[in-house]
Amino acid sequence: MNAIIFSAVAGVVMMFTGIITQQKSTIRNVALAALLVVLLANIFDTYGIFSIYIPTHGMLNFQKFGLYFNTLAFAATFLFTLISGSDVTLIGNGRHGAEFFALIFFSLAGIAILTSYNSLLMLFLGIEIMSIPLYILTGADKRNLKSNEASLKYFLMGSFSTGILLMGIALMYGARGGFEIDALKPSAVSNEYGILDPLGLVLVFIAIAFKVSAAPFHFWTPDVYDGAPGVFTSYMATIIKAAGFIAFIRLFDNKAVEMGMSWKIILPVVIIATLLVGNITAVFQQSVKRMMAYSSIAQAGFMLFAVFAENDVAKEGILIYTVAYSVATIGIFAVLEKVKDISLEGFNGLAQKSSLLAGTTTVFLLSLTGIPLTAGFFAKYYMLLSAIKYGGSSVTWLVIVAVIFAAISAFYYFRVIQAMYFKKGNPELHSFNKGFCFMLVLLAVVTILIGMFPTIILNWFYF
Amino acid sequence: MIPLLLIIVPLIGGLISFLLKEDKAAKSWSLLIALVTLAIALSGIYFFNNADALSIHLPWLPALGSSFDVHMDGMSSMLTLLTAIGFPVIFVAIYKNSYTKPGNFFAGMLLTQAGLMGVFVAADALLFYFFWELALIPAYFLASNWGGEKRIAATFKFFVYTFVGSLLMLIGIFYLYFQTSGNHSFAIESFYHLHLSTHQQYVFFWLFFIAFAIKMPLFPLHTWQPDAYEQATTGVTMVLSAIMVKMGLYATIRWLVPVFPEATTHFANFIIILAVIGMLYASLIAIRQDDFKRVIAYSSIAHIGLMCAAIFAQKEVGWNGVMVQMFNHGIVVLGLWIVADAIEQQLGTRKLSELGGLAQKAPELAILFVIMALANIALPLTNSFIGEFLMFNGLFQYNMVIAIFALITIILTAVYTLNTVQKIFYGEVAIQTTHAVDAGLHVRFILWILVVVIFFFGIYPEPMIHLTNDTVKALLVQ
Repeated sequence: MNAIIFSAVAGVVMMFTGIITQQKSTIRNVALAALLVVLLANIFDTYGIFSIYIPTHGMLNFQKFGLYFNTLAFAATFLFTLISGSDVTLIGNGRHGAEFFALIFFSLAGIAILTSYNSLLMLFLGIEIMSIPLYILTGADKRNLKSNEASLKYFLMGSFSTGILLMGIALMYGARGGFEIDALKPSAVSNEYGILDPLGLVLVFIAIAFKVSAAPFHFWTPDVYDGAPGVFTSYMATIIKAAGFIAFIRLFDNKAVEMGMSWKIILPVVIIATLLVGNITAVFQQSVKRMMAYSSIAQAGFMLFAVFAENDVAKEGILIYTVAYSVATIGIFAVLEKVKDISLEGFNGLAQKSSLLAGTTTVFLLSLTGIPLTAGFFAKYYMLLSAIKYGGSSVTWLVIVAVIFAAISAFYYFRVIQAMYFKKGNPELHSFNKGFCFMLVLLAVVTILIGMFPTIILNWFYF
Repeated sequence: MIPLLLIIVPLIGGLISFLLKEDKAAKSWSLLIALVTLAIALSGIYFFNNADALSIHLPWLPALGSSFDVHMDGMSSMLTLLTAIGFPVIFVAIYKNSYTKPGNFFAGMLLTQAGLMGVFVAADALLFYFFWELALIPAYFLASNWGGEKRIAATFKFFVYTFVGSLLMLIGIFYLYFQTSGNHSFAIESFYHLHLSTHQQYVFFWLFFIAFAIKMPLFPLHTWQPDAYEQATTGVTMVLSAIMVKMGLYATIRWLVPVFPEATTHFANFIIILAVIGMLYASLIAIRQDDFKRVIAYSSIAHIGLMCAAIFAQKEVGWNGVMVQMFNHGIVVLGLWIVADAIEQQLGTRKLSELGGLAQKAPELAILFVIMALANIALPLTNSFIGEFLMFNGLFQYNMVIAIFALITIILTAVYTLNTVQKIFYGEVAIQTTHAVDAGLHVRFILWILVVVIFFFGIYPEPMIHLTNDTVKALLVQ
């Protein structure tokens, strides 16, 4: 409960900060302090110290997994603000930094609901609270037509998916007479629900698949990620997307299997479609930002393995994947903000210009590819392991398809590395300070550290 | 302790080398590190009977059933020794060459060495996979950054091939992991004790073998190799062809045959035939090549093919031969590359058609190269002879017809090797070679050392067979 309350309050605080001061560094520092408070409040909550309790009549159910995910999401947001906070305050005419941070906090409140919902109504509320601020953030650069287009597109498509979600919930309610996902337990399920119940579940599935940009519901992703200001793309592609997966896992946690509905037929199709669309299209992109948008679809394909497998390994895996993928993506988008020409040619010869930017970007790209000694390796490791644990040799074909796509992903990630190191050019950079360099190095170190000892994340989880 | 040092010393030395900007400093530093590593590897041979010195077990990821478990037996000692000899030899041979950003170049070389050492000593599947990839990444950067015009594309082809292979191997490792009893474990011992059904063996065998076959490379997965060898700068090519290809052979012996005995026997015929086709095919192509580096590249495919065939023949004699030849092929091919590099550095061309009569200008280099060439043909008294003899012996015991086809390659090897010698060193003096002089002192020095090694093990191969015989027996029984 702490996470929801504190992040909502922090959002309001940020709005008032915007009235009191226009100074950018102050706004950023207040946001950092507020994030720290939210983070600590959630950690306290996890261990039962100073946790605020408000009766919700079973609509929210705070479990360690969800709370721990909150911690990771808040920590990732904290890192994001540290490295990109000053860019957030510059977006648009540079006068609305505080409001942008307020919106980020509100979406964090939505995440906190998503990680702990126990009722379909709360799922709906969580998704909406998380999404509406994002529609605004996407259009934050309001003098930029692409940003406006992205925002409108995202909003319209998002509204459709909201409608579908609501329809699905209504059907399930009609079939079951309750909103609690406990009511989905196998004991309560029988064939008497008829077609309504599975149909409702499919609609809910589609709505969440839309949020995590799984194919064939991914069409908004490239345009929105490309059009939105880079910093917000970074936030959307990482923390928000991971939260969507937690919503997935909570809903389908062991229950869908026994519902008489064969998810295990639908999911592999979705996984392969997502991997196919993301990876193949990313290969042909000329803009690094757009390439990252498609790559985020591809990564979602891998994360769907956690929903597919639904076992302990998968749960641990999605935590590691969240951290690995978020850290690397935040780092790459931070670098993108500093490079003036974000097409692939714009990266030519970056290593000569700034070996630090090139070196850290290389670590992030290797991590996204899944090379050992980076966090991304263990992310993929857990996903494949969970699938094999779940399916044994019956999923061999699926994991082989997945690793072939992982090899294809090397193609476009390594193109950036090739441009930076092996091609000649003189890229133009925006100025950046020592603190930015320090943060980049920190992110790279975190990536490598998790790549060597992934259990440091999981030990906290079991602690 | 020794295997750990073999990994750590080049690793740390490589990281420090990134900081060195001066050409001289980077070269001397990396040579120093390589020599220290060589000393450690030699002490590994010295302490050969001391089990404590040769293995180390550290906790790494207990929750995942994996530990930092490294161990050296005879085969590991042999290959770590080859790695440890190879790098200082390469560093001396390229001492006078100039590289842009020398600190980074030598750092990459040392990191590759650390990865290779890790592959040869790892006794835990996950750790093995880690080092397998870690050897690849610095090699990728080295080959893409320094080399010929098409290096980026050629190296990327090499990378993608290897990466696909290793990911398939990763899946294979996962399947075996879930087959292990009790708390699942990645330890090699638990892999050896698996009882896999025939069907499982047939499937998982390929997940591993494709990775190893790409690395060797085995026909028809070899297409990355000539391009990569040709385009990479020769110092890197030496690492790739003398040492890195041994990863595939080593892994087959260590991780494939003992774990999948039935599948190995079942597919042996098919793989041996592929290997022999590859030998003939590569030898025939080598005859037609005009680029010196490509000749050596195809020659290397042929030699590796023979080793692969001998492994799958599964005869003790043949395996002894493979062990010996893994080392000796490395030494000989290093010598060939060093000559190739010396010629290219001085004359700026590798084309056989543009060279000729070099023996008149560089007599000492000619003598040295002829010895290397004879060793490449595996003439008696050179070190390759004993290895190839034993391997052919094993192949004969397996199947006479196949062995006869394989024997044809000996003739073909003689054809292209002597043809190369003749075109480069004899005949009319070509325009390119009119002003040639003998190779630098450091090149001749290092070649003489290799010649001594070639003759020593050609006349007295007993220590090598003694070193690896226990491993052969232990692994073939499994």
